Amino acid sequence: MVKGKVTIGKVLIFILLLVLGLAAILPLYWMVATAIQHPTLTMQFPPEWIPSNPTLNNFRSFFTRPHVWNWTLNSIVVATSVTVLQVFLAALAGYTFAKKRFFGDQFLFWLYVGSMMVPDQVTLIPLYLLMSKLGFLDSYKGLILPGLAGPFGVFLMKQHMSTLPSELLDAARIDGCGEWGIFQRVVLPLSKPGIAVLAIFTFVGQWNAFIWPLIVTSSSAMRTLPVGLALLQEEVPMQFALLMAGATYAAIPMVIVFLSFQRYFLEGVTVGALKG
Amino acid sequence: MGKIWARIKKDKWAYLFLLPSFIFFGTFFLFPVVWSIFLSFMDYQVWGSSFVGLDNYREILSDRIFWISLRNNFFYALGVVPLWLGKALIISALIFPFRKSIQTFFKAVFYMPHVTSAVIISMIWLWIYNPPFGLLNYILSLFGRPGVAWLGNTKTALPAIIAQTVVMGGGSSIVLISAAMNGIPTHLYEAAELDGASKLVTWFRITLPLLRPTILYLVVMGTISSFQVFTQVYTMTKGGPQFATTTIVYLIFEKAFQNFRFGPASAMAVVLFAIVFCFAIIQFKWLGEEIEY
Repeated sequence: MVKGKVTIGKVLIFILLLVLGLAAILPLYWMVATAIQHPTLTMQFPPEWIPSNPTLNNFRSFFTRPHVWNWTLNSIVVATSVTVLQVFLAALAGYTFAKKRFFGDQFLFWLYVGSMMVPDQVTLIPLYLLMSKLGFLDSYKGLILPGLAGPFGVFLMKQHMSTLPSELLDAARIDGCGEWGIFQRVVLPLSKPGIAVLAIFTFVGQWNAFIWPLIVTSSSAMRTLPVGLALLQEEVPMQFALLMAGATYAAIPMVIVFLSFQRYFLEGVTVGALKG
Repeated sequence: MGKIWARIKKDKWAYLFLLPSFIFFGTFFLFPVVWSIFLSFMDYQVWGSSFVGLDNYREILSDRIFWISLRNNFFYALGVVPLWLGKALIISALIFPFRKSIQTFFKAVFYMPHVTSAVIISMIWLWIYNPPFGLLNYILSLFGRPGVAWLGNTKTALPAIIAQTVVMGGGSSIVLISAAMNGIPTHLYEAAELDGASKLVTWFRITLPLLRPTILYLVVMGTISSFQVFTQVYTMTKGGPQFATTTIVYLIFEKAFQNFRFGPASAMAVVLFAIVFCFAIIQFKWLGEEIEY
């Protein structure tokens, strides 16, 4: 197949793709357009595709709502801690499964892989009861700890680290490098691309997580952004300009992350064949 | 025993490296999974639980709403998965003839909604579906059609949620299908071109059969994730109107965290587990087959 040749057919396909692409992100555009629209103008026909008199007042009124800053802080704290800890735990375990042979290795790895087939919802009720017994409900511990348990990161890291040349690790061992030193000074630096993929997917996943934060938190100040927004939607269901301002505010960080690390996202989908 | 102990001692670094991850995996994943199965046979009360055998299962199987939620979920999966896949196959085929950079650009555009939380997407669609002022009814009015209360009507509520999921989804399927398409050897296409096969025939006779493993994988994963749908239902309809959009996970949530009936809710979770497990088996059985060019 000849690539790069420009024909009329290709131009038409390109235009068709542009139209389809625009349709796919139209809802996101509509969110932003409503967020900068005057609230009264959202309640009139016909709607304005491009707000004639854009305003930031909706954002101002969103920030005057109670606990918006707490939600933001909670989302940042939870997503960051889970990402850092998850990457560390998964890298260590993934390296062990990839490069070490030990008693029970196959059984343990099978346990991790098999667990990826278990839907998260199966653990919701016991996790809630466990957190309640530990006194971790409505706290950072309750929000963060289950995020460290998922088997996916270990699997992804194992896949990635299996490709590292074993000779390199042996050479480091001969040079008198300790086991921890090998991991820290040889394995980790060489695994940066894999770690980046895991870190980005974990961060986005945690930032957008919904059902667990909804269940484990109960006070308004402990909510994360998605949960806070969903509850705001229940409280003021018809104030779409305000709601879209909040939605835009919560969506923007992830769009920035996506645009800056786009390559890793597209790579991560292929490498790990992630769900979603 | 001494022998095993000696091996464990020899491999102490491996166990030490595995331990941190395993503590969390064991405590907050394996243990809850086992506990969940136990709970499904218990009458759970804060002051003490008792073993009730299959009572919870009997209760949910005679619960009309549980069957409605199963039906809704199958309907949702049957709507979402083929449409997702069709959308992804068409778009992958359309972007395939272009340069790498253009392909990446379109992949990024279609992937974009995936990084936005399902809550936000659902809020946007609540606005688009809004009966008096929403965008959809406005567009319909341009064609002289009357407005519809999309989410307030038992006939349209579930299809509306399906449509929303299809429009926003499929991005990662496009990435996977494109990757698989790039793996197909070009000499097959050259041969087809020499034989004078049209683009459409080539796609049906060469591309589609060779994409079979990827498609099977996407069908299975798509079905599994369809059975876990929750956020859209919670944000947009709360399972209504009249249970028209109640899905299994939503019902589990309601039973457990609004009615605090942990036993029957756990039984439902075990049923969900069983359904997902069946699909996973299908994948394991057939995905092993490698394609030879």
